[in-house]
Amino acid sequence: MSLLDVTGLSVVTDSGRALVSDLSFTVEQGGRLGLIGESGSGKSLTALAVMGLLPPGLTASGSVVLDAPGLGRTEMVGAAESRLRPLRGRGAGVVFQEPLTALDPLMRVGRQIAEPLRRHRGLRGAELRRAVAAAIDRVQLPEPDRIARAFPHEISGGQRQRVALAMALAAEPALLIADEPTTALDVTVQAEVLGLLGELIAEKDMALLFVSHDLAVVSGVTDELVVLKDGRAVESGRTADLLHAPRQPYTRSLVESARTFENALERITR
Amino acid sequence: MTVKRTTRAAPRRRSVILIAGCVPAGLIVALALVSFFWLPYPLDDTSGGRLSPPGASHLLGTDKLGRDLLSQVMIGARIALESGAGAVAIGGVLGVATGLAAGFANRWVDDTFSALLDVLIAFPTLLLAMLVVAAQSASLGSAIVAIGLAMTAVVARLTRILVKRVLAQDYITAARTSGTSWPRVITGHVLPNIWPTLVVNLALQFGLAVLAEASLSFLGLGAPPPNASWGRMLQEAQATVSTAPYGAVAPGVLLVALVVGVNLIADGLRDTLDPTRRRSS
Repeated sequence: MSLLDVTGLSVVTDSGRALVSDLSFTVEQGGRLGLIGESGSGKSLTALAVMGLLPPGLTASGSVVLDAPGLGRTEMVGAAESRLRPLRGRGAGVVFQEPLTALDPLMRVGRQIAEPLRRHRGLRGAELRRAVAAAIDRVQLPEPDRIARAFPHEISGGQRQRVALAMALAAEPALLIADEPTTALDVTVQAEVLGLLGELIAEKDMALLFVSHDLAVVSGVTDELVVLKDGRAVESGRTADLLHAPRQPYTRSLVESARTFENALERITR
Repeated sequence: MTVKRTTRAAPRRRSVILIAGCVPAGLIVALALVSFFWLPYPLDDTSGGRLSPPGASHLLGTDKLGRDLLSQVMIGARIALESGAGAVAIGGVLGVATGLAAGFANRWVDDTFSALLDVLIAFPTLLLAMLVVAAQSASLGSAIVAIGLAMTAVVARLTRILVKRVLAQDYITAARTSGTSWPRVITGHVLPNIWPTLVVNLALQFGLAVLAEASLSFLGLGAPPPNASWGRMLQEAQATVSTAPYGAVAPGVLLVALVVGVNLIADGLRDTLDPTRRRSS
């Protein structure tokens, strides 16, 4: 049985405009699926709908079933807040695009990582402090004690994204949703964070739902792809197949523009 | 190295502002505290001679009835601080509570609430005070209630906007994706993030409340005689201000000193409470 089963998911605004239409995909236990599309294609909304956290004014319909080991099968669309809360963080965790805004500016980093540990694993006191240090260490940040005491503005962008990753992974979710996690970072840091993400996923046999507009980034970390355009899936399949033989014109244009960019880079560096 | 130096220098500069505000405000608090135990003359002692200038027996002179001005000013300090603290307590508690509720309310409730606040804010404090006084009687208590109610609208509107802005932040969504409950989101993220702005605003409101009480007393809507509010002292000195200005100078200077002091404290707090400003300033 699959870990995440999305069937006929639609997201509609109060005024009746459809932002996501009839979207279906599945993520297997330990699977790595990419959602790719331009900004405004509904990919971030899909990620939020999976968590049951759509902003006010948006309504989801269809079915999102999360079947995390030890947490039971849950229909996330229309479920009560009290049913969803235990699943958030433990069933699925999220890393957002902009680490500066995704961390509370007035809370020390250590406390922000401690929150899910306290909530989902019931840790307190010295045990909690050790777990925070371990979580910081796991995302390969230096000097865990100093980082834990720092405010978000006192550490670098790459470090902030590692902290956000540590927060999302703290409760050891079965599914990690990464919403453009490297877009706000510069290219070298981007590669490091992606590498780390891949390692952590493999280590815990976690599933990954990776949302991005960047084909090069997505193809490096996923096995399967769903291509979104204007809230609809235009094509889906194994990542390698889609890259080598895109069937739809839209997918072809995405692959071609990524190729053109790469070729241009190569021409410059040569 | 340079980074270290600026981080050390910045707190010192800020504490200067805070101390500059604490000095006048602290002096007035001291005057008010002393007034509970000791006054140079009782308030109804008219033995000083009319409108005598400052001298050895009456440090600030006397008013037109021969009462000691220093004693009146000390009682006035007590009344000014009481009205500031009382109004901020009423306006702060009611304003933050209603503003918080409105920030979370659905669109319909929120729109109604905002419209109501706009009406309340347009309503002059003096008119509101006259209504409260008419319903009860002219007393310090009704003046404080009136000022506090007027302040509630301002504080509620600010709180509502601050809450809305914080709720739209990614870190609230991030906290919720990790399973944080609403009460915990409010106490852990919303309140700490709106708190610095609120505290600074409440400090400024304290100064405004002191001024409002002085205005109400000036108009005879505040504490009745013989309670010597600075506003009433100013009003009594008004007739003789060209011949004997002392009666107006003492309460006037103290009123300005208290409000300036409180505003400086507000400024100092703004920087010390916000860790993201600690580095940049």
